[in-house]
Formats: sequence, structure tokens, C-alpha cells
Amino acid sequence: MALKETNPMKYEAVIGLEVHAQMATDTKIFCGCSTKFGSEPNSQTCPVCIGMPGVLPVLNKKAVECAIKTGLAVQSKISAYSRFARKNYFYPDLPKGYQVSQYELPICEGGHIEIVIDGEVKRIGLTRIHMEEDAGKNIHEGGGPYSFVDLNRTGVPLMEIVSEPDIRTPAEAAAYMKKLRAILRYLEVCDGNMEQGSLRCDANVSVRPIGQKELGVKVELKNINSFRYVEKALEYEIKRQINVIESGGKIVQETRLFDSSTGVTQSMRSKEEAHDYRYFPEPDLVPIVPSEAWIEKIRQALTELPDAKRERFVTKYSLPEYDAELLTTDKTVADWYETAVLAGGQPKAVSNWMMGELTKMLNDENKSIENCPIKPEHLAGMLKLIDNGTISGKIAKTVFEEMYKTGKNADAVVKEKGLVQISDEGAIEKAVDEVLSKSAQEIERFKAGDEKLMGFFVGQVMKATKGKANPQMLNELLRKKLS
Amino acid sequence: MHIAGLSRLSILDKEAETLRGQLNSILDYVEQLGKLDTANIEPTSHVLPLNNVMREDLVKDSLPIEEALRNAPDGTEKFYRVPKIIE
Repeated sequence: MALKETNPMKYEAVIGLEVHAQMATDTKIFCGCSTKFGSEPNSQTCPVCIGMPGVLPVLNKKAVECAIKTGLAVQSKISAYSRFARKNYFYPDLPKGYQVSQYELPICEGGHIEIVIDGEVKRIGLTRIHMEEDAGKNIHEGGGPYSFVDLNRTGVPLMEIVSEPDIRTPAEAAAYMKKLRAILRYLEVCDGNMEQGSLRCDANVSVRPIGQKELGVKVELKNINSFRYVEKALEYEIKRQINVIESGGKIVQETRLFDSSTGVTQSMRSKEEAHDYRYFPEPDLVPIVPSEAWIEKIRQALTELPDAKRERFVTKYSLPEYDAELLTTDKTVADWYETAVLAGGQPKAVSNWMMGELTKMLNDENKSIENCPIKPEHLAGMLKLIDNGTISGKIAKTVFEEMYKTGKNADAVVKEKGLVQISDEGAIEKAVDEVLSKSAQEIERFKAGDEKLMGFFVGQVMKATKGKANPQMLNELLRKKLS
Repeated sequence: MHIAGLSRLSILDKEAETLRGQLNSILDYVEQLGKLDTANIEPTSHVLPLNNVMREDLVKDSLPIEEALRNAPDGTEKFYRVPKIIE
């Protein structure tokens, strides 16, 4: 449903995002159950995560390391003293009747993430990063009067990354999400898989007349699980709020769900009481007091982040900003690129092939670069064959496709398929003569000034040589013969 | 009634009267702690002088499914079953 736009110019939106990222651990946050995705329902639970009486949770050290690592990467302050709290509410996917989360003493505070919008850098502040346990999964379909509960996710470690209300447009929100995902993936603290729910986003959004200082009443949008939906949900919600205000209504503070099939947000009429979480310190878990030495050790292990890598690619490889940005969004892609360049591929040529042919082929098969049949060294090898004249740029496309299909290197493909470029002047001349002898009419028109026919002659000779004629030599020969 | 609602307890109005009195006397009893002089005592959320109790990220065996579901008031072979949650 499309909403009519009423005076959008008079208003601005104020948006803050809460991103839940599943931390990359093998086990749950407070017990040794596996976090593996896609296992049989209720096969990864134990007395601790399903809330049996008398059990004691023990904190997963790796989870704390993931949170601290993330905090360090986004310039947060790592808390010298941090603890867990119980957030109390009832829901069937929450067996204990409370979620163990962090409240007034989160593991990280402050920090920021930089995004680029219309070529300008904008800094989005972070309020905090805290750790918590995930809830289970409810399945509503096909059960008649019942819902079904799978508790495999219960106790999976999450970090919630809360932004300041610094975001002003849906596009900024999507850029923030993308940058955050890239950072988390670089740090290897979250796999960023949105389909599997490893990265989810709630958005707080309000609108106010431009120039007004006070914030409008905010609405919370829940569980947005793709970059596209972040933008769509916010666009819809902002228009809706402006329409309500313009028609004399008032925004109600509430939680709304985005329905991706209709593009509409809808109120989740929840009882007021449900928000009374009665947080209190979790008595079963002792405080976290990270030592300087531990934090330093984690800091030492920090990898180069997307922004730094992008800048390095621009200066070191003389790449345009555009190329560098695309190549560094994903660490695996960036590593593939650098391997190809280090193997001798000319930096810009490697970039062109990756962003062009390679991306297209991978997309066609819905494959990611991890499963790319071509090795980076093979691309470098193929570029060498172009440079030394063994194959033409045109033939290279065929070689590249063949490399993709077979996983063989360029030398092997060229040899097997007989794709070596013809650079023997005599052989090219013979082909040229043959074409010209059959093209009396075209020659006449060419000589009368129809220069476009040059393309026709080149095409005919290429056809006769199966594309293998050295293009430079072919052009020279044709010019000579036709003048 | 608010507290009963939050705790998912169903109580009758006349029971509420009795319980109100009892709950208040419990609160009064605990309130005696407020008389203690805590001016020179650091606030704490734990009684143990312990920090940083953590374990390594190593997978342990989980419960067999039927074992995990055994205490559930209602279930199927693989799932806990609850009254439909309307969303």
C-alpha cells in the first residue's frame, strides 16, 4: 500500500537502531550447548538453557572477547566493571521467565561508526554494546489452535549494539547497517547472516518539524532482517507518522511490526504491563572486571577494518574510490583481490575482472567468493597471458569462462582449447585477403567514406580466425590494405 | 492485581485483600534493613568477593530431545506445544 506524501519537506526523521548480532561462538553464552544453525528442533538444550531449577549459568569467555573486540574496533569505552541483569517477562520462547541481559552496566559504552552518504562522511554515535542471551523460536504455522516452541536458540549469545538517534534518513540507516555488518564480519565476531537471523535490527523512529529541538514521540519497529527492509520499513513509517500529524492526529508510543509482503508496518497491540521488565542484577553470575592485559591482548589481535583497508587499496594500488569501496566491503573479497595482485595481477585489471565477469558469474549461480572455482592466482596468470600477447582481451573472456567451469589455470585452458592468439602476420594477412576478396561492395562503400564498415571487416576476419587474430596487427593490416 | 498479572497468578478479589496485607507485612519486615547504617559500606550486587568466572567455548553434550521435553505439560515428539500465540 502506498501512502500519499504530505509535506515531507517540512519534517525530519530521527532514527536510532538496535542491532542484535549473534556472536561467533561454538557454544551458548551460559552453557556448553552447541549454537549450530539448522539442527533438529530442541536437540541443543540442557538444564541450564531451558531453565531447570537449581542450575547455575557460567559465562562463555569467547562471547565476552567478541563483545570487547567489537567495542575496541568502534572506539567504545570498555567497562572496568560490568554485570548481567534479569529482564523479567513471560513468553513461551523464554523458559526461565526472564532473559539474562545487561542493564545499567553494559560491557561497552560510547563509540561510533562512520558511514558515507552522497560522498560525505557522517559519524553515527553508539550508546552502548551489551551482551544477552537469545530466546527460542515460536512456530505458528500449521498447528491449528497451537504454537510450537524450539529452544535451540535459547541462550545463544547476542550482542546488542545500540546507536544514538543520529540517523536522519532510511538510506543512512541502511548504510549504517551495512557498515556495521562489514565490521562484524571483518572482526569475525558475527557471521552477519541475515537470513539465518545472525543479524537483526529494531529501529526507533520519530519525526519532528525541521528546526524543532524536542524529539517527537517514537515508535519501535521490530525484527527487520534485511538491508532493503530497513529502508522500506522506515520509509513507510516516516510517511505514516507525517500523515498522522498533518491530519491533526497524535503519534502513539508503540511497537510496530514490518510486514515485508505488503510493505506496511502494523501495531503489535501489546499490553502496557508487558513493558514492566523489573530489571535486577543477576545473582547467579558474578561481575566482569576485564584486566588491562586481557583487553590489550584482544586489541593486538584486531584486524585491519574496512575503512582502513579501503584507504590502503586507494593509495597502494591506485584504485578509484569506487573500486576500493566495493572490494573491501567483504573481507573475503578483499583477501581474494590482494592474493591475485600479489600473484602478479595488475591491480586495476584484477579489480575490473572481479567487479565485472567474476561478480556476474558468481551472482548467476548465487555463489559467494568462498566457493569461487577460479583461484586468485589463476586470474593473475590469465592477465599475464594478455600482457605478453599470448591471448587477446576478447579470447580472455572465453578463457575466464572455461577457468570458472573447470577450475583449471589459464595456461592449461589456453593449451587445451587451442586459444593462443595468432600473431603471425602471414596468417592474419591470408585471412584478411580472403575476407576482402569476398567484399567488393563493402570495400567500395568504405572507400566512398563509410568508415563504419571497418568494424564489419574486423568482425569478418575475427570470425574466420575464431577470434584469435591479434587485434592490433589485424587493424594495422586492414588499414594498410584499404588505403 | 498488577503484580499478580506480571507474575501470571490468577487470584480472586477477596484473596487479593488477604494477600495485600501479607505482602505488606513482608515488605515491612524487610524494610528493617533500612535502619542499618550503610554510610561506610560500598554497594554491591553480590555477596561473594568473586569476579570473572568464565568457561572456555567448548561444546558439551546436550540433552536427548525426549529427555528435554519430558517435563513439558504439553508437547509433540519434537516440540513444546503451547496455546496459539496470536501475533
